[in-house]
Amino acid sequence: MKRRRDRNAAIVLHTVLIAGLAIMIAPFVWMVLSSFKGEGEVRRTPPTWLPADPTLANYRELFERLDFPLYFTNSVIVAVLVTVGNLLICSATGYALAKLRFLGRRALFVLVLGNLMVPPMATFVPQFVLVSNLGLVNTFAGLVLPNLALAVNVFLMRQFILSIPDDLLESARVDGAGEWRIYWRIVLPLTGPALATVGILTFLGSWNNFLWPLVVATTEDKYTLPVALALYSVGQNQTQYGLLLAGSVTIILPILVIFAVLQRHFVRGIATTGLK
Amino acid sequence: MRLRRSAVGWSFALPFAALFAVFLVGPVLASLAMSFTDIRSADVRSPLAVTFLGFDNYVRLFQDEQFVKAAGNTLVVVLLGLPLTVVLGMAAALGLNSGLVRFRAIFRVGYYLPVVTSIVAISVVWRFLLQPDTGLLNSVLGLVGIEGPNWLANTSTALPAVIMMIVWRGIGFQMVIFLAGLQAIPGELYEAARIDGASRWAQFWHVTVPSLRPTLLFVTVIGSIGLLQVFEEPFVMTRGGPLGSTTTVAYSVYSQFSFGNYGYASAMSYVLFLAVVLLSILWFRLLRSDEVG
Repeated sequence: MKRRRDRNAAIVLHTVLIAGLAIMIAPFVWMVLSSFKGEGEVRRTPPTWLPADPTLANYRELFERLDFPLYFTNSVIVAVLVTVGNLLICSATGYALAKLRFLGRRALFVLVLGNLMVPPMATFVPQFVLVSNLGLVNTFAGLVLPNLALAVNVFLMRQFILSIPDDLLESARVDGAGEWRIYWRIVLPLTGPALATVGILTFLGSWNNFLWPLVVATTEDKYTLPVALALYSVGQNQTQYGLLLAGSVTIILPILVIFAVLQRHFVRGIATTGLK
Repeated sequence: MRLRRSAVGWSFALPFAALFAVFLVGPVLASLAMSFTDIRSADVRSPLAVTFLGFDNYVRLFQDEQFVKAAGNTLVVVLLGLPLTVVLGMAAALGLNSGLVRFRAIFRVGYYLPVVTSIVAISVVWRFLLQPDTGLLNSVLGLVGIEGPNWLANTSTALPAVIMMIVWRGIGFQMVIFLAGLQAIPGELYEAARIDGASRWAQFWHVTVPSLRPTLLFVTVIGSIGLLQVFEEPFVMTRGGPLGSTTTVAYSVYSQFSFGNYGYASAMSYVLFLAVVLLSILWFRLLRSDEVG
């Protein structure tokens, strides 16, 4: 009796979950398929799924006529710099906050926590004023610096490093190791998974970031992918559906590949921020 | 000795502290100061030469019909978007955690997929999905005999359509948090409830829901903070239109910034900041008093 009820519940549950999955996946499938359609076919009524006459024209236009290779490179440069900076700076700060006693430690930690509540929307205007007074508008330094050391990553690293047993560090100290040596030789190797999580989430955040590069990149040669796509999509190319969809694929596909390979780290990162 | 220890500590923390002070703490304070002035883009090089306005910008906000409308739209985004993402995300997590589902990893990855994608890119895709004749959504609705509207061109359907996409993109995030919360509930609690003869429903209300309270707090706070700042979706899908029906507070901040009205934009962004802080405090209070009562 119970088993039969379970089986019925399982059937209903699977049906609902599969329907949900279809809704989640369908926009991606349609995006990829339609990026290979000619302009006439993307606008066909009713819409089609498979391209009747597959073409690379959209991608050719994106990469040959428009400057998408440049935007792609810009996105990669900014994301790599931001990620490396955060890994080094935030792990060091996380170590100090978790395991060292120093004057002002509490105050620094309170500021880090408080910052978790400050929305980027509330800071970009004065940040822009600052960056323009430093002469960094439309430079990579301007794009990267405000995101080079994010409070959320300091918080994450501190939480991870707290779980390293003090005895381990203490015995290294007894052996005469300095704090930098301990950090480099003991703490960093033990926080490998945490570094992976922070690295992936930071790279993702930078790759998808829109507001700050929109504000700082004032000429096309400094556009990142989301800025280029958004401005094309509301500007002169707004009616070129196929082209814009190919642009979306260019932004989304690299992330999907990274996600498929490393999804464990994504989920762990989210779960850690959620529970600690 | 204490000084030496402090020096070692700061040698680790200094790069972060310096960047943090210059690019974050400074701007947060400067933003407050700017919100009391008439600073415009032309004044950027001489920010001290501007006129002090007192609370004029803040008073102006509440008389600015466009801003009031944007605030109302943002409220709708939170009030509709939050419960929908929380309930659907929790339902998905409960389903996947029920022990009845096979191939759980496929569902987990699939539901989470939209979360990792660029909002700009996916908004472009949704703009096409929502087209009246050539869009996928209306053609699916057509299969069941419903004639879908011109979603994004209609003042009454544009905001719901944008919210629909936001919810679609947000479910996976909530699901992952709830899954982590569910897996942290000790199995003994359910065992004890079963021994007491509690039905599945009773177990849900008396074991699952109370145990998920911290998770619920987290997702409502994080969720509402995110929804208060919705910007990219209207930027790409509607440019805030038609007739301001999808203009959010964050979108207004950006528009005022792009018009060069930095002082006024700062006042708007401080109202947003305040809303984020107040909402967070409110949620903490609500969930805590709930626990006591």
